Amino acid sequence: MIKKRLMFQKLSFSMIKAAAWINGAALAIMVYYIVSRGWRAISWEFLTQVPRDSMTAGGIFPCIVGTLALCSVTLFVALPVGVASAIYLNEYATRGKLVRLIRLGINNLAGVPSIVFGLFGLAFFCIVLKMGVSVASGGLTLGIMTLPVIIGATEEALKAVPDTFREASLAMGATKWQTIRKVVLPAAFPGILTGSILGISRAAGETAPIMYTGAVFFTPNLPSSLFDEVMALPYHIYVLATAGTQIEITRPLQYGTALVLIGLVFGMNLTAIILRAKMRKKLRI
Amino acid sequence: MKRQHIDKGVHSGFFLIALFSITALFLIMVFLFIESIPVFDHITIKEFIFGKYWYPTDDPADFGILALITGSVCVTLLSGMIAIPLGIMTAVYLAEIAPPKVAQIVKPVVELMASMPSVVIGFFAIVVVAPFIQKVFNIPVGLNMFNASLMLAFMAIPTICSISEDAVFCVPSALKEASFALGATHFETIIKVIIPAALSGICTAVILGLSRAIGETMVVLMAAGGAAMIPGSIFDPVRPLPATIAAEMAEAAFGSEHYHALFAIGLVLFGFTFIFNLVADYISYKFRQTGEASL
Repeated sequence: MIKKRLMFQKLSFSMIKAAAWINGAALAIMVYYIVSRGWRAISWEFLTQVPRDSMTAGGIFPCIVGTLALCSVTLFVALPVGVASAIYLNEYATRGKLVRLIRLGINNLAGVPSIVFGLFGLAFFCIVLKMGVSVASGGLTLGIMTLPVIIGATEEALKAVPDTFREASLAMGATKWQTIRKVVLPAAFPGILTGSILGISRAAGETAPIMYTGAVFFTPNLPSSLFDEVMALPYHIYVLATAGTQIEITRPLQYGTALVLIGLVFGMNLTAIILRAKMRKKLRI
Repeated sequence: MKRQHIDKGVHSGFFLIALFSITALFLIMVFLFIESIPVFDHITIKEFIFGKYWYPTDDPADFGILALITGSVCVTLLSGMIAIPLGIMTAVYLAEIAPPKVAQIVKPVVELMASMPSVVIGFFAIVVVAPFIQKVFNIPVGLNMFNASLMLAFMAIPTICSISEDAVFCVPSALKEASFALGATHFETIIKVIIPAALSGICTAVILGLSRAIGETMVVLMAAGGAAMIPGSIFDPVRPLPATIAAEMAEAAFGSEHYHALFAIGLVLFGFTFIFNLVADYISYKFRQTGEASL
């Protein structure tokens, strides 16, 4: 009887194990295809030149610059607002209806579909605030989208700071703000950094929010101000892979751009994962 | 005394900033409403939601989104059928079965899956998955509901897995030990004790995962085939709500009926995810684990 039950357990466990490894396999296959076909397209010229011959040759330099510009604006908006919101929620707020409402708002903001952020950015930043299709509109749209990620990560980092730190500081006669600024924030800094990297990496890979707010099909110029339109890596992949008559010819360029994009995003994510692992080790000691 | 004044000021400052998220959410709703209302001068809400024909550029144009809603619901359900079992099983594996060393490798894998840019997944669907499906199932086009669902499942699994894993991990060990003490095997304990105890968390995970799938744009835009009709089989092309907005916004003239209709689709989509999120929030709030007593 028990033998049968243990056999059944063994069988079920191998099934569960297989399910877990299917994920790994799917990721590996995807990365393998992009890397194996993309690396041939990558060269110094590809990374540093502008597209030529109606985007069938040349490089993706404007897209890289555009994505970095959009991410900078995103970080500039989302980081201060996100960290401040998290500080309020974790350090100041007491349980109450309003705080519950704020949390509900953040959770719902995290669930808003990316294309809806795009619609909002188009209607609000581009048209009502008259910023047009620009780095500013795109970056702000991405910033709002990234906000819940940064708030969540910062809150987690603040929660990990032991209360004894706060109590010690308060007992020395420091005010709450002095405690937060001089004790809590420095201790939570690595966690906040990790969260910001994760947030930015998500913003860098998003296409739908910037399609109609910041990114354009093609522009030969690099952005010189916040109100210029830009090319962006994710949108460039989409355009090359779906629009136009040269889809087959530009395949290598598509793979190359995809490789640069996942290189950028995975690079940031791995940095964050390693940072966090180091931090956890430190906290345990 | 001055320090105390600064402290009060800082407190209110943080409070005001904390209101930013909810203000943003409110503004999103307001703008969706404002921009979609004009389309309802021409058609009724009922015609819009239950109309079978979506021909926005015809004259007179048809703005019925039933086929688009059906498309969205179908891809989401099909992707759920793949992602829910895989996600939950992976969560159970990570929290209960895997040796810590293995879990340390699998967890980052799941995180990297979550961070994979959607446009790259859509690209992969076009260049690799579509030809593969075409060959294996011997059908004329590889960009269809099945392809999109596979890709959406890839995106929903990390969400389902990480939230379920937290829920499974948070089940008090006393419950597990009690079950062992009664002679249950580890697997029986997982099925009869741990999963029921973590059920509210797992439900939240599933709802949020599906909510992510229904709102995902690039994947369905690139992989679903884009035909605005009610699908007859899983190998039919579909055109879900987000794909319609993304594909047509470029050609819709600002302020035209079509433009407002696309915002109305955005509103419907927002409604779907908003309800999903409220339900998830309600479940996790109402049934949150507060010790063994609540089981």
